[in-house]
Amino acid sequence: MSGQEDPFKGYRGLAKSRMKKWGVRVWSDVRVVNTAGSVFEGVILPRSGNFDDLHIVLKQKTGYNVGIHVDRVTSIEELSYKKIIYKIPEKEFPRLPDLPNVTLLGTGGTIASRLDYRTGAVIPAFTPGELYGAVPELADICNLTTKKIFGVFSENMGWEEYGTLARAVRDEIEAGADGIVIGHGTDTMGHTGAVLTFMIQDSPVPIVLVGSQRSSDRPSSDAALNLMHAVKTAGYGPIAEVQVCMFGPTSDQYALLHRATRVRKMHSSYRSAFRTIGDIPLCRVDMGSFELLTDDFRPRDPDRKIKIDTVYDDRITMLYYYPGMKPDLLDALVEKGYRGIVIAGTGLGHVNKPIYPALKQAIEKGVHVVMTVQTLWGFAQMYVYDTGRDLMDMGVVPLDNMLPETALMKLGWVLGHTDDHDEVMRMMRHTINHEITEREPHNGYVILQGGLPETQEFIKGHWK
Amino acid sequence: MTQSIDYKEVGLICGLEVHQQLLTEKKLFCRCPAGLYTKDHDGTVLRHMRPTLSELGEYDGTALMEFKTKKNIVYLLHQKNVCTYEMDDTPPFLLNANALDVAIEQCLMLGCDIVDEVHIARKQYLDGSIPTGFQRTAIVGVNGKLPFRGRELTIIQVSVEEDSCREVSDKGHLIVWRTDRLGIPLIETVTGPELHEPDEVEEAILLVGRVCRSTGHVRVGMGASRQDVNVSVRGGRRVEIKGVPQAGWAPALVHGEAVRQVNLLKLRDELHSRGFTKPDSIKIEHTDVTDFFSDSALEFLHRENWERFVANDERRRGFELLSGPFCVRAIRLPGLAGTLSWPGQPDLTFAHELTGRVRVIACLDQQPILLHSEKWPDYQGAKGEIQRLKKKTGCGPNDSLVVVWGIEQDTLCAAEEVRLRYVDAVEGIPNETRQPFVDGSTDFERILPGPDRMYPDTDSPPQQITRERTERLRDALPELPWLREERYSGVGVPLDTIYFLIRRGGARLVDLVVDRGGADVRRACFFFGERIKGLRRDGVAVDGIPDDLWCDLFSLVSSDGTLFEDWKRIVSQMAAVGDRSMRDIVEEIGLDKKPVNWREDLPEIVQTRQPDYPNDSVGQRHRFLMGAVMKNLRGRIPAKDVSSALHSAMEDRA
Ligand SMILES: [Zn+2]
Repeated sequence: MSGQEDPFKGYRGLAKSRMKKWGVRVWSDVRVVNTAGSVFEGVILPRSGNFDDLHIVLKQKTGYNVGIHVDRVTSIEELSYKKIIYKIPEKEFPRLPDLPNVTLLGTGGTIASRLDYRTGAVIPAFTPGELYGAVPELADICNLTTKKIFGVFSENMGWEEYGTLARAVRDEIEAGADGIVIGHGTDTMGHTGAVLTFMIQDSPVPIVLVGSQRSSDRPSSDAALNLMHAVKTAGYGPIAEVQVCMFGPTSDQYALLHRATRVRKMHSSYRSAFRTIGDIPLCRVDMGSFELLTDDFRPRDPDRKIKIDTVYDDRITMLYYYPGMKPDLLDALVEKGYRGIVIAGTGLGHVNKPIYPALKQAIEKGVHVVMTVQTLWGFAQMYVYDTGRDLMDMGVVPLDNMLPETALMKLGWVLGHTDDHDEVMRMMRHTINHEITEREPHNGYVILQGGLPETQEFIKGHWK
Repeated sequence: MTQSIDYKEVGLICGLEVHQQLLTEKKLFCRCPAGLYTKDHDGTVLRHMRPTLSELGEYDGTALMEFKTKKNIVYLLHQKNVCTYEMDDTPPFLLNANALDVAIEQCLMLGCDIVDEVHIARKQYLDGSIPTGFQRTAIVGVNGKLPFRGRELTIIQVSVEEDSCREVSDKGHLIVWRTDRLGIPLIETVTGPELHEPDEVEEAILLVGRVCRSTGHVRVGMGASRQDVNVSVRGGRRVEIKGVPQAGWAPALVHGEAVRQVNLLKLRDELHSRGFTKPDSIKIEHTDVTDFFSDSALEFLHRENWERFVANDERRRGFELLSGPFCVRAIRLPGLAGTLSWPGQPDLTFAHELTGRVRVIACLDQQPILLHSEKWPDYQGAKGEIQRLKKKTGCGPNDSLVVVWGIEQDTLCAAEEVRLRYVDAVEGIPNETRQPFVDGSTDFERILPGPDRMYPDTDSPPQQITRERTERLRDALPELPWLREERYSGVGVPLDTIYFLIRRGGARLVDLVVDRGGADVRRACFFFGERIKGLRRDGVAVDGIPDDLWCDLFSLVSSDGTLFEDWKRIVSQMAAVGDRSMRDIVEEIGLDKKPVNWREDLPEIVQTRQPDYPNDSVGQRHRFLMGAVMKNLRGRIPAKDVSSALHSAMEDRA
């Protein structure tokens, strides 16, 4: 909120011209009388630009907002003008020599934020001082440093940003951080986690992505607890991999650490949206302890030298196959110069015959086509049926149980290294960190079906 | 109610917030069924509420308090009545348009101006009563008026909002809520602070209730309407008595609160005269006295007894209990002698104020919650023990002593709360919400939150209410209840019956059968307001009878009044069978066949039917015989004809 703010912020058309006529503006404290003789006193708030141009919005003294139709205003009087700039209280973050040093890198998601109570605008808390004001418990866990890398929402993350982020992580680790936390919007956290796994290898310390599913301006937000879990994992956790740290259950109870190549956001809004697919999570974290769920992980090792490799080619795409897909879609991609295509195929990794010729042509023209499964769980096993075998003969390479999003991120990274078909496919199938696993444990696929007596009994006995 | 006060003299002011659930099929922000309550659950969620910082960078008073309580909050879920919205795992859906219509209709009944654009706000509640930590609410109407005691009662605003959870239990650090009620649409009607006597409050509650119910579009029954009563006296502050379930409770509650505030203001003056004029002039000292009480006759202060209490009450570490050792803590209040026994509410003292805070905020809830030097329990050696304790804690004649016990950290919190309550006492009356009890007393519930707890709901777009929509709803409004009252009382219907008709929706039927069935207003009022009550009580489904059938009934009886004499059987039959015409019903119970020779049977009946009591008077004997004869004739032959024929027959025999 700068001093150069538009005095009619969000107002347009009729409402704006009336406000000009009346001599009032956003943040005017006004007294309005309408045609019914009703009196409204309050501050004119900015209006969202996509709302209509017929109403002005008032925050009344009671705290309630109300929209008043400009045609029903009989008198309006500016009592005063009070623009209050909302600021998050900052308190100096205490530092203790015994505590680990953790760096929080901000990518634009609002893992911690405060609300402007009048407008509802969310103001991110980011400096250690602001975070300390918001989540004082952090000071008991670590010495926190923060760096803002981007000021964008996570949907705006792209290849350029991935590289920048990877380099920032390296810099912080080389400067002695005991662990890295990356605050990230949840929608594409899995994508970022996957690509960082490829770009940052041999990290000596944990790299932890964290976000929140309920913004931290809400009393029941998961943000504070997520942040505490993440910071604790970065500072003390045993696993030196790129991992996602989010709520296990929707209850305020514990977080799960998911390997970033195997994690997926599986619900648009649940707190427990993140799930490890086709395997089990790495670890369960609460404020008391780490409960490792596997011993198959890269341990923390301060002597390990971090390697960074941030090349990419973003001429890649994903096709989510559906019956009736037209071949010209593939032709168009080839024509537009796409170099790599991840297919999320049906079943064991299939597409239907009508697009064979187009696929064949694409591959002949040097496009790299890999196959994953849209079932998410299970393997692309293209040798089982004729359709699969036909596709492999054409040069479509199955990626076993690599998640489609992980495959896409990996393909972009691999194509930054080489355009040689065999080398691309070798690298795609060469596992960096469990993006393909040799075996799927039986408990790697657990989707309880609600309604069954045994499931109901389980749900009733456990926090959801 | 021992203490009497002059309400005018103390400047009593009360206002109301009347909550009334709306009768809609679905909830306000999701598509779950509204009004489907369950006793069991098939899922649970555990949550905590963190306070968020207000505009000025300070924690809201309530927020701070709730955070101190460190409550574990458990929600009980049932798949039948809640979805992921109520759990706060799905954002709200668009505001239920039907609920908004009903709310607008209510606003119109209350004489309000309908706002042009509805903005949904979040009102914070950190007690866990709503899993999001806030209630979604929006103003729909403002600036209303109701005729009241020859003047006007202002309706400041009416908002539509989602109902909260129902509390199941509150034990130590664990509070459990059932979510079935959560999200049911309700309206909150806020009156002006214009009520000056306890019985006015009751009357105003009833008036608002009648107006709301007269549309038939609101819920009735237990919990469907609840009110918060705001009370202050001159020099005092607004205290909200929350969730008063019945209007009849209001007078005693208001009186009690007025007395409480008057007494607290006197205590403030007393504190000032002792030199306690600023918040920081209250200084307390507290110390661990666990060992002191280890062999006291007060066994509940022994560590072993505490452990037994915890075990018997199934209190679990991390849920009902914090971790840490057991502790008995003595809190010395220097210079505050006599204040603990200072009168507060009728029959209660200032110590009760401390008890409430300690129970709610420090989560110490083992009865009697606290002990104090001004009313030490009576037991063998009590005198000596309190003397020794005073000596040990340096408590002089001008000081007082409070003792609390429980987990150490809670006792520390309790000590701080005792201090804060005295700090409030120096100021006068703290803004708080209080929980009402049937005996007219109240207890501390929480600090009253300020307007800072309101902020816009970024999940919901504003909704325009067009004038066309308002006018369409206005055209369909029922008659205003006070006009109806005049109309009915003009033909001699008593007020109680009229109120019942308006509250329970009978008035609509009265007007319908008068209008379409040609019924007499007075007869229809008595019928729907009194007569069918008994049938309803006996389980006859009178409320399911279709409007048309009622009209037919009244048309029929207007041409054949005798039929009406057997109305119980007719109405029972109307309720019992489905899709039938009035004609069918009358035939089914045989009322269409009028006996011809009934007079000829009378002499024999008079002769053969011997009464149980041979000494009965003529009148008693006549009644007895009428009963026997009418069994077959009711509804077919007018009772008065039978009566006179019977008289003749009796005379003939005599
Ligand atoms: Zn729902």
